Amino acid sequence: MSGANAIRDTFFAECEELLEALIEGLSAMETPGYDPECVNAVFRAVHSVKGGAGAFGLDDLVSFAHRFETLLDLLRNGEKAVDPTVMKTLFKSADVLTDLVEAARLEQVANPDAVKAGHVALDACLADAPQEEEFSFDAVGVDLGDVTVPDDAPRGYRITFRPHASLYANGHEPHLILDALAELGSCETQADLGSIPDLSSFEEGASYLTWTITLVTDEPETVVHEAFEFVDTLCDLTIEVLTPVDDAVEAPETKKEPAGEAAAIPVPTPTSAPSSGPRPTLRVDLDRVDRLINAVGELIINQAMISQRVEELDLPTTAQLNNEIEEYKLLARDIQEGVMAIRAQPVKSLFQRMARIVRETSAETGKSARLITSGETTEVDKTVIERLSDPLTHMLRNAVDHGLESTEGRLAAGKDETGTIQLTASHRSGSVVIEISDDGSGLDRARIYQTAVSKGLIAADTELSESEIDNLLFLPGFSTASAVSNLSGRGVGMDVVRNAVAALGGRITISSTPGVGTTFSVNLPLTLAVMDGFVISVAEETMVVPIAAIFETVHPRPEDIHQIGTDDFTLLIRGQYLPIIDVAANLGLRDAKVPPDISVLLIINSETAGLVALAIDDIRDQRQVVVKSLEASYGPVPGISSATILGDGRIALILDTDEITSLGGAASAMQLASPPKSEQIHADPIQ
Amino acid sequence: MQTPSSDTPSTPFECVTFSSGDQVFCLEITQIREIRRWSPVTALPHAPGDVLGVMNLRGAVIPIIDLSARLGLGPTAQNDRNVVIVAQGKTNSSGLLVESVSEILAVGTDAIQETPDIKSELTRGYVGGVIALDDEMIRVLNLDNLLHTETGAAA
Repeated sequence: MSGANAIRDTFFAECEELLEALIEGLSAMETPGYDPECVNAVFRAVHSVKGGAGAFGLDDLVSFAHRFETLLDLLRNGEKAVDPTVMKTLFKSADVLTDLVEAARLEQVANPDAVKAGHVALDACLADAPQEEEFSFDAVGVDLGDVTVPDDAPRGYRITFRPHASLYANGHEPHLILDALAELGSCETQADLGSIPDLSSFEEGASYLTWTITLVTDEPETVVHEAFEFVDTLCDLTIEVLTPVDDAVEAPETKKEPAGEAAAIPVPTPTSAPSSGPRPTLRVDLDRVDRLINAVGELIINQAMISQRVEELDLPTTAQLNNEIEEYKLLARDIQEGVMAIRAQPVKSLFQRMARIVRETSAETGKSARLITSGETTEVDKTVIERLSDPLTHMLRNAVDHGLESTEGRLAAGKDETGTIQLTASHRSGSVVIEISDDGSGLDRARIYQTAVSKGLIAADTELSESEIDNLLFLPGFSTASAVSNLSGRGVGMDVVRNAVAALGGRITISSTPGVGTTFSVNLPLTLAVMDGFVISVAEETMVVPIAAIFETVHPRPEDIHQIGTDDFTLLIRGQYLPIIDVAANLGLRDAKVPPDISVLLIINSETAGLVALAIDDIRDQRQVVVKSLEASYGPVPGISSATILGDGRIALILDTDEITSLGGAASAMQLASPPKSEQIHADPIQ
Repeated sequence: MQTPSSDTPSTPFECVTFSSGDQVFCLEITQIREIRRWSPVTALPHAPGDVLGVMNLRGAVIPIIDLSARLGLGPTAQNDRNVVIVAQGKTNSSGLLVESVSEILAVGTDAIQETPDIKSELTRGYVGGVIALDDEMIRVLNLDNLLHTETGAAA
């Protein structure tokens, strides 16, 4: 079957969505007084996975899904009550199902112990449901031709199948569907060629064919429907039952007889789809989107170039061309925003995966924890979502393993036995903030300090503020647990988390209150491809600074600038002295530190040194720039994050405001770490 | 400037010859994406001396290397005939600044002799072979070694 791979891919893509719906439904079932519809939704999800898996002969998956479905069926009929044990089993089963799907996708075998444990848990739940026990799942429709429905006379269907053009456009092959039908029984297929037009008016890509299929089979209608499962919104489909047999099977709410497969499908797929209806979506190859995004990046640059050329013409302000240029600019922006939106995805899928991490970690540590998520609809660039998975996983493990106290500890502190981890996402002024907070005991700063000293990361008598101590966690080589647990101590430290976030152009901060909990905030740019920046000049070079990094810009008065020692300067602003960093000198564009007859200072809040003032020559413009990686074409450049192309076609480098502060001078010794002020770390013992 | 076509039969060896640091070099034609006139580049901070900076090649950011300096022959003398050869390495493109481009040469692969056993390790790394043409020696550059040097030879 040539198209089988494409169908297989579609199946797994759909599984991903179904599993998402499954977890969502289960989460909804956790809240008291939930809508019974969510049990149905969960059931449907599991059932659709099973149906698809059956078509591909994925026996493990089918048999587990079937067992899972049986339990859900009992819940749905009210024959079994939902209690915490059941919920736990459901979640566990969902995890096993996810693993099985993943294993099937990779054509591997899922961890048999986990699957077995899943079966055992389900069996335990089903033990008090005698009427289902007689069903042996050998008979389950592993293969579409195999389902045995007892006492069923053969019946016939007349199927009219008229594909829409979109069916072909989405890459479906009618002949594969017809093949699938033919496997169900004896099949007579007639193609209606009547609507094929004259060759002159023949339209490529249009759909002209209609098939009428007469099928004689033992299968219930739902199975016939399943052949059209992937295309039922892409065609006109009617299925008539020619010799109606066994009404009970078709009745939507039948559940008494142990007929298994047939009885277990009371919700016909086509009718269920619109009710729970997600909005219609289109699956597009990511490469195509990326190519489009690149092209739009070029468009933006081209637009800037044209604007600049027109400006150089020095036309009278009344010139019509100016209006059109302005129009062009707006259009280009619109297109760019639209294209970026294609890549934006809600963080929901990411958050759902995290729920599993918390469940697993709490099971492994024996701590009771629940995850509360909010802001799941917040949209972030797809790449960000993908690359955030590992750091988030690590932080959540940490939150449960290190953040939360043991159950006894919590009770002693007068807290709820179950710890709460909150995972929230929100948009905040042009960036996305993801926060992970626990209601544990807060960071043990004395121990962190001690660990840092004993690992030789800081000198023994270094004086550090609280937040500086917190930031020690991000130092490479720092491991929090004194006895490294197998959970968090997976060879990744918080420095890896920090680097992962930094690689996405984001930053991470900690706040912690003893006895109340710890919050990690991850601040990320909305998109990786475009950003707003100040175009500045530094020692004759044109550069760009991300606006998001800038706190404020200052034109200092000479009396606000104070020299310290030989060549360091500070800025006095609102009673506070900030170190002045000469960007040109740190980039090696100027030899020595020039005494600042400074015209402009950019105040930024750096990860490493807190508030600092960057001395530059001039701010020339503010504009949206397309970010181009330097790393791929050249390699990392100290103090520079990436590059962009300006209106005149020249390349301008984009400053890495964090790194620039740690370049050159005494600070460079510690530039990889994120220490509190390096001067303090190396400070001589004063007392 | 000519933009060479990319499909070359395998037995004949077609290359573009150019001079850099008063010596004649060549690169196989399939390794060359295009040849451009020199235009000002954006300097990179903390870059080795033979990395002149980066240039915009239709929206791509490519580094420009002074070939003569990388070969240890000192910086390329500026003149009107200076061109940038955009070469396609294994993973990315880079521009090589050379003094001038001479011609397209077609020889058989058997015309390429092994690099004589010379002292300089630097040169042995960068020169993959030589071609004798009339009275001239043409040095065949080893592009991958040239582009993937960790520390450029800052002349």
